Amino acid sequence: MTSRVGPALVTPGDGDEAVAPGRSRPRYAPGKRRSILLTVLLWLCVLYFVLPLWWLFVSSTKNNSALFSTFGMWFGGDFSLWDNLQTLFTVRDGIFLRWMLNTFVYAFASAAGATLLATMAGYSFAKYDFPGKKVLFSATLGAVMIPLTALALPTYLLFSQAGLTDTPWAVIIPSLVSPFGVYLMRVYAADAIPDGLIEAARVDGAGEFRIFWQVGLRLLGPGLVTVFLFSLVATWNNYFLPLIMLNSSSLYPITVGLAQLQSAASAGGGSQALFSTVITGSFVSILPLVIAFLFLQRYWQSGLASGGVKG
Amino acid sequence: MSHSPALTAERPAGPPLPKRPTSPAKRTQRRAAYLFLLPFFVVFLSMLVVPLVYAGYLSLFESKLIGGEAFAGLANYARALTDPAFLEGLGRVGLFFIIQVPIMLGLALFFALALDSARAHGSKGIRLLIYMPYAVPAVVATLMWGYLYGPDFGPIAQISRAVGLGTPDFLSPESILGSMMNIVTWEFVGYNMIIMYAALRSIPGELYEAAEIDGAGQFRLAWSVKIPAIRPALMLTLIFSVIGSFQLFAEPSLLNAIAPDAITNSFTPNYYAYNLAFINQELNFAAAIAFLLGIVIAIVSYFVQLGGERSERRERALS
Repeated sequence: MTSRVGPALVTPGDGDEAVAPGRSRPRYAPGKRRSILLTVLLWLCVLYFVLPLWWLFVSSTKNNSALFSTFGMWFGGDFSLWDNLQTLFTVRDGIFLRWMLNTFVYAFASAAGATLLATMAGYSFAKYDFPGKKVLFSATLGAVMIPLTALALPTYLLFSQAGLTDTPWAVIIPSLVSPFGVYLMRVYAADAIPDGLIEAARVDGAGEFRIFWQVGLRLLGPGLVTVFLFSLVATWNNYFLPLIMLNSSSLYPITVGLAQLQSAASAGGGSQALFSTVITGSFVSILPLVIAFLFLQRYWQSGLASGGVKG
Repeated sequence: MSHSPALTAERPAGPPLPKRPTSPAKRTQRRAAYLFLLPFFVVFLSMLVVPLVYAGYLSLFESKLIGGEAFAGLANYARALTDPAFLEGLGRVGLFFIIQVPIMLGLALFFALALDSARAHGSKGIRLLIYMPYAVPAVVATLMWGYLYGPDFGPIAQISRAVGLGTPDFLSPESILGSMMNIVTWEFVGYNMIIMYAALRSIPGELYEAAEIDGAGQFRLAWSVKIPAIRPALMLTLIFSVIGSFQLFAEPSLLNAIAPDAITNSFTPNYYAYNLAFINQELNFAAAIAFLLGIVIAIVSYFVQLGGERSERRERALS
C-alpha cells in the first residue's frame, strides 16, 4: 500500500512536514521491553469484555430450569445446546432462520449500495475540482450529526404514503446514505491514488469512468472494506429503523425478532421455555459478525488509519 | 466557475472566444465529477434533507379531533420546552453524556496507548477481544446484561451473595442509569479504541525518536507526543459519542420490559418521541421533540468542536 502522510499527521509547529514515511514504514521498535504488570492489568480488563459473551455461550447450553438454578458462569445441568438450537429453529415455524436471512439481505444490500455511493462521491471529492465542492462536502459532513430520530419519523410517514413501509426497501433505502463513508473514502482516495496515475491514464486515452473502475477502485481496497464493514455492522445491528418500518414479523431482522421473543418471554404467556430460546438465539445471532471480525479486523484498522488521522 | 472576473472584464469585445480556463478536457472532468456525486446526493436529498424539512413542517401543525391538521406555529415547541417529561429525559441523557463518555473514551485511550506501546504480551489478542462487543447488536447486549443484572439468578448477584455482599439491585430507579452506562461502555470502548489505535499507528516514528533522545519516558511520550498527534481522531470519537448518547433508544426500550418501574416511557428523549408517535399517535408533537433533540445535538457537537479547536490553538501558541 502506497501512501503519503498528510500534514495533519505531524504535530503542530515542528516543521517536520517534509518527512513522509508511508504507513508501511518499519515501526520504531521500543526496545522489546515487555511489562508483566501491564500485561496482567490488560488481561484483567479483557475479562470485563469477554465474560458476558462467555456467559451467553454457557447459558445457551442450559435448559430453562438449569438457567435459573445453576451458577451463571459455568456449565450446569444437562448439556442442552442441541435441544435449544432445535427449539430455536423450529419455534413459530422456523421464523428465526427467516430473521437471519432477512438480516443478511438487508445488511449486505445496504452495505454494498452505501459503499458504492460513498466511494464514487469520495473519489470525486478527492480527485476533482469543481464549483460547489466545498458546499457539498460541508453538507455531507454536517449530515453526520443529524440524529436518526429526527429523520426516522418523517421518513416513516413519507414511506407509508409511498406504500413502502413493511417492505425490505424501507430498511435498505435509508441505510444507503453514509456521510461518514464519504468522508473516509475522500481521505483514503486522496492518499491512495496518486494524481500522476490518473494523468497517465488520461494521456493513454482512458475515459473518467474507466479510470475510476480500473485504476481507482483497485487502489482503494482497504478503504472499501472499511466502509463496507461499517455500513454492514450499522445495518446488521440497527433496531430503531426496522422496528418502525416493519409490521410483518416475517420481514423482521434478528434484532427486532429477538426483542419480540424477549418481550413474549418476560410477559410470561405460559411459555417460560422462551428464555433459553432467547439466549440461544442471541448467541447464534452474534456468531456471523464475530467470525467476520476475526477474519477481517486487519482491514478495518488500515482503512481507519487514514480516516481517524485527518479528522 | 474558476475564471476570474478580472480576466473576462478586460477582454476586448469581439467574436466570442471559447472560455479559456475551462478547456474541453477540464469540462469533461467536471461533468464526471458531478456524475460521480449524483447517486449519493440523490439518496442524500431524499433520505436526509426531505425528511428533515418534512419533520420541521410537521412540527408546526397540530391535529384536531375535528377539522384535521391546523397550523400551530411554535406551540408544539412551547409545549415541549415546558414538558417536564421531555426536559427530565434530556437532563438524563445529558448526565449520561457527562459521566459515561469520559469513562468510555478514557478507557479506550488507555487501551489504545497501552497496546501501541507494545509492552504487553498478546497485544493482538487483547485488541481483538476488547473490540469484540462492537459486533454485538445493542439489542443483544441489552438482553444479555439484563440477565446478568438479574437479582435472583444473575451471576453478578450470585457472586456478590457468595462473598457475603448481599444482593445488589442494578435495576432500581436509582441505579438503572448507571447500569445503562455500563452496557454502552461495554459495547463501545473497543470501537473507540480501534479508531484511536489506528491513528496512533500512523504517527511517524521520527517523532518518537526525537522524544526518546530528549529522554522522555513512556508517560511523557504519550502525553506530549501521542495524544496531541491523534487529536483529530479523539474529536471524531467525541462527536460520535455526543450523537450516540443523546439518541439512546434500544437500551431503555428493552430494559423497560424487565424494569418497568425504573424506565418511564420518557426515559430518554428518543424513546419519548417514539412512544409519542407510535403509541400516543401524537405525530406533530413527536416531530417537535425529535427536532429539538437534533438541535441540542448540533449545539453540543458545535461546542465540543469549538473546545477542541481552542485547545489546539493554545497548544500551537505554546510550542
